[in-house]
Amino acid sequence: MAATPNVIIDPVTRIEGHLRIQAHAVPDGKGGGTITDPGLSASTMVRGLEKILQGRDPRDAWAFTQRICGVCTVVHGLTSVRAVEHAIGIKVSKNADYIRNMMIGAQYVHDHVMHFYHLHALDWVDVVSAMKANPTSTAALARINNGTYKPNNGALPNAAYFQTVLSKLNNLVSRGQLGLFANGYWGHSAYKLSPEENLLLVSHYLEALAWAREVVKLHTVFGGKDPHPNLVVGGMPCTLSSNTGTVNDDKGGTSLNTAGLATIKTAVARMKAFVDQVYLPDVILVAKRYKEWADFGATAGNFLCYGEFPDPALVKREFTDGAIDYPAGYIFPRGVIWAHAPTTLAPFDEKKVTENVAHAWYLGSDTGEHPSVGETELYYDGPLPDQGRNPDGTSKYMLDENARYSWIKSPRYDGQPMEVGPLAHILTMHARGGTANAQPTDKLVRGYVQKFWINPTAQGGLGLTFTQLNSTLGRIFCRVLETKIIADQIAGRAAGTAAYAGWYQLYYDNRAGAYWNPNTFTRLQQPTLWPVQVGFGFTEAPRGALGHWVKLNRVSGLIDNYQCVVASQWNAGPRDLDGAPGPYEEALRGHVLANLKQPLEVLRTIHSFDPCIGCAVHIVDPDGEPLVQVDVNHGVGSTTRVSGMSCA
Amino acid sequence: MSTDTPSRSDHSQMQVGSGDDVTFDEATAERLLQLGISRRRFMSYCAGLASLLALPQSVVPRLAQAATSTTLPSVVYMSFQECTGCLESMVNSFAFGGGTTIDNLILNMISLDYQETLMAAAGDQAEAQLLSVTAKSGYVLVVDGSIPARWDSGYFISGERSGVARFREAAKKAALIVAVGTCASFGGLPKADPNPTDARSIGDLMANLRISKPLINVSGCPPIPEVITGVILYYLSKGMPKLDSLRRPTVFYGDTVHEDCYRKESFEEGPLARAFDDANSRKGKCLYMLGCKGPVTHNACSRVRWNQGTSFPMMSGHGCIGCSEPDFWDRLNRNNEKGFYIPIASGSGHSRGLPCNTCHDDNGDDDD
Ligand code: SF4
Ligand code: SF4
Repeated sequence: MAATPNVIIDPVTRIEGHLRIQAHAVPDGKGGGTITDPGLSASTMVRGLEKILQGRDPRDAWAFTQRICGVCTVVHGLTSVRAVEHAIGIKVSKNADYIRNMMIGAQYVHDHVMHFYHLHALDWVDVVSAMKANPTSTAALARINNGTYKPNNGALPNAAYFQTVLSKLNNLVSRGQLGLFANGYWGHSAYKLSPEENLLLVSHYLEALAWAREVVKLHTVFGGKDPHPNLVVGGMPCTLSSNTGTVNDDKGGTSLNTAGLATIKTAVARMKAFVDQVYLPDVILVAKRYKEWADFGATAGNFLCYGEFPDPALVKREFTDGAIDYPAGYIFPRGVIWAHAPTTLAPFDEKKVTENVAHAWYLGSDTGEHPSVGETELYYDGPLPDQGRNPDGTSKYMLDENARYSWIKSPRYDGQPMEVGPLAHILTMHARGGTANAQPTDKLVRGYVQKFWINPTAQGGLGLTFTQLNSTLGRIFCRVLETKIIADQIAGRAAGTAAYAGWYQLYYDNRAGAYWNPNTFTRLQQPTLWPVQVGFGFTEAPRGALGHWVKLNRVSGLIDNYQCVVASQWNAGPRDLDGAPGPYEEALRGHVLANLKQPLEVLRTIHSFDPCIGCAVHIVDPDGEPLVQVDVNHGVGSTTRVSGMSCA
Repeated sequence: MSTDTPSRSDHSQMQVGSGDDVTFDEATAERLLQLGISRRRFMSYCAGLASLLALPQSVVPRLAQAATSTTLPSVVYMSFQECTGCLESMVNSFAFGGGTTIDNLILNMISLDYQETLMAAAGDQAEAQLLSVTAKSGYVLVVDGSIPARWDSGYFISGERSGVARFREAAKKAALIVAVGTCASFGGLPKADPNPTDARSIGDLMANLRISKPLINVSGCPPIPEVITGVILYYLSKGMPKLDSLRRPTVFYGDTVHEDCYRKESFEEGPLARAFDDANSRKGKCLYMLGCKGPVTHNACSRVRWNQGTSFPMMSGHGCIGCSEPDFWDRLNRNNEKGFYIPIASGSGHSRGLPCNTCHDDNGDDDD
């Protein structure tokens, strides 16, 4: 095939990182067209983080990998910490797992809300149409849709409140400075919400900004700052304050004093309230108006989930019973869903993960290698930038699906491209919910899918089928659903279905317990006690399965090799050697565009994956050519390296 | 209040004055009211901001005017080899606190005319927006991320243009360039050894490209939210701030975090925390032995604190990793070892956990 692409988005905005999308639409003669083949997804930025990690102290790796992405900052750090803990055989305490669960959980809630309002909403919400809204009718709509939500200085929203939002927008227009709203696809025929619905969602766009900076305080109390809170191999660096009062020069203490614990509790309550009162009803409102989007954006139907949110209650004795080795205790189960059996959870085998660089700008294996041995080298042979456009306005910079075309490698599981992320989480929970191993949260998921998605419209549902979850709309729906599950898991669920005290309360009750395993830093000097050759750390990030593989040098104790296979790499990766497209590429097949010059429909589907491209790009160096000389004088036997750090 | 020296004794977040003593014109008050912001609340915000920036209170009306003028200052925010952490931080800085939200910097005090992570426009329409806003002179160009030195390396391409070309074009008519984050200020993570993509800081790239424009480095990985917006607002209301030798505003980067750290007494007199979660850690004793780089790191974390004064790294039990200093990823510590958990060398003026005096000088150059 390879018809010349006539739909190009570069840069794709409202994502993390740098992404280019190309596709070919068969023109309909009226300015629009239909994409009949898979598109092309290309990452156009690289930093080389894994190469930078070689020869480093494994205790430091979390800080490096955290900077893979400032949006999913916590999960990259924790995956690294878990990989090193796995490599050296160190278990963490209950408190550490409760806190990690809360930090990852808060990351989900924060990320997903901001994704919906700040990165995705403007694909569905026409800001210019909002300016025609009647503030009184908008207030009435708000009371129906968002019930008890009180954004108006603690009061229910009224006409005056929405008039203020309108003035805000009018101000932008009358100044002629639309700022972030400038040059959108406003007035595009694919926008369907009423002016009042548009205004309501614009108001929540603004509210969510202020909400977000409050909820990240959970990370700040536990990790000292956000983004990029501090973590440590062996547990958590924070600890209960000996001084419950104000932290100061005289009394000392830590952030986990009465005020800090109260800050966390408030953040947890705010998360839950916003999800229940604003995010969930808003997604349902948008879904009702855009139901046809359950028919676009499907991937091949294979899903992968590493598992996340261990149940710390399963830790019986601190530091001896593993906290992350028992899949039964995960909220999101570890497993695989294959297209031919969408309700069956198949087992996951870490050995079946491979990466290939057939269409990526690296020298390395075209056929695929396990990440623990995969080694590749930067090799850009794409078109030159800065060449301007052809006289007819078409691009001189065109990527070719038959050549190398992205900085993202293609990960495969058992040779297949897999979709990861919210859809995978919900489908794996749904599948386990039908087995003897069903967890209470699985049953909740099944109930919500039935109630919101499958129930007929007469009963308040969307009247869609289970199969239609594999779609652009299904992805958005599964994202809000998992956000609700997690927000409730942190805050707790009242008596009734699946009553649960909540991670915050369970941690609070145990707060005087241990935060850090005191054997950690000495264990780094004892390679004979390291249980595995390659440490595997994983999390289920908000965007899906995230794995780090670390190989430590048994003489120096430093990092020999480090590899990450991350969520957006699974989803945004290029074709493999067989030409099988990655999930973004596959999902574009079948899209009908009203206007090829304004490919809003393509943006909708790409954004439904919540692209995080900084995450997806990484490299290591070729076999036998370490770029960092490992200094054997920093040997494990040397007392200077870590002994000063170990427990007194 | 003096112009550039922040109060050392104040460990809390920015002080919010009542601001009642300051007046400004009716037109401005009217505009604010339209935005749903009371004069009193706004003045108290400006007074707090002035205090944070160590500005005299007389500057408050100017801040208010800058924030409510009919034409807002244009800010163009471009991202290169970055992780979006810097932008996340800036998004967290939306001022005024609590209550309603129609009150943030981005929508009220500046016109953020280009920012890829937040803007509505995409693809060609985003590129058109960039061209149109950079065609007029006088905007503030905010940059995060480092830039690969070679335009033809393929390591950074966006909108079919290299990082070098994108930056050079955008810099042409900028009134000021603000490098936000350690990647943009000093090369940061991409430049960490062995610098696989030949990444450059904005300052270095400007020198290579012979671009002479005022440059402010707002370092940190990421910088503190209020510091990012504070620096931009300082410039808009009062012009260029005083800079240190690394082009960082001394108002935020004049002191080391150690100087304002509440754990300092035990740094000098002991006892020290020896392990995470030990009894001294719970008491809030000095984290020097756990690798704290506070004594050689210039930043405002211990004074301004993070996320509206909630905490800062040492308060939450982890040492400073030195993220606002050049090449902090490769910093050599005791026995010439790299590492966030390796104590800084005694050559930095510190013998093993014992008192030292050399780290307290105000120009605070890293004397390592
Ligand atoms: S300075 Fe730090 S937070 Fe900012 S872009 Fe660079 S790595 Fe990310
Ligand atoms: S060394 Fe670190 S923990 Fe100790 S007083 Fe200085 S900044 Fe605070």
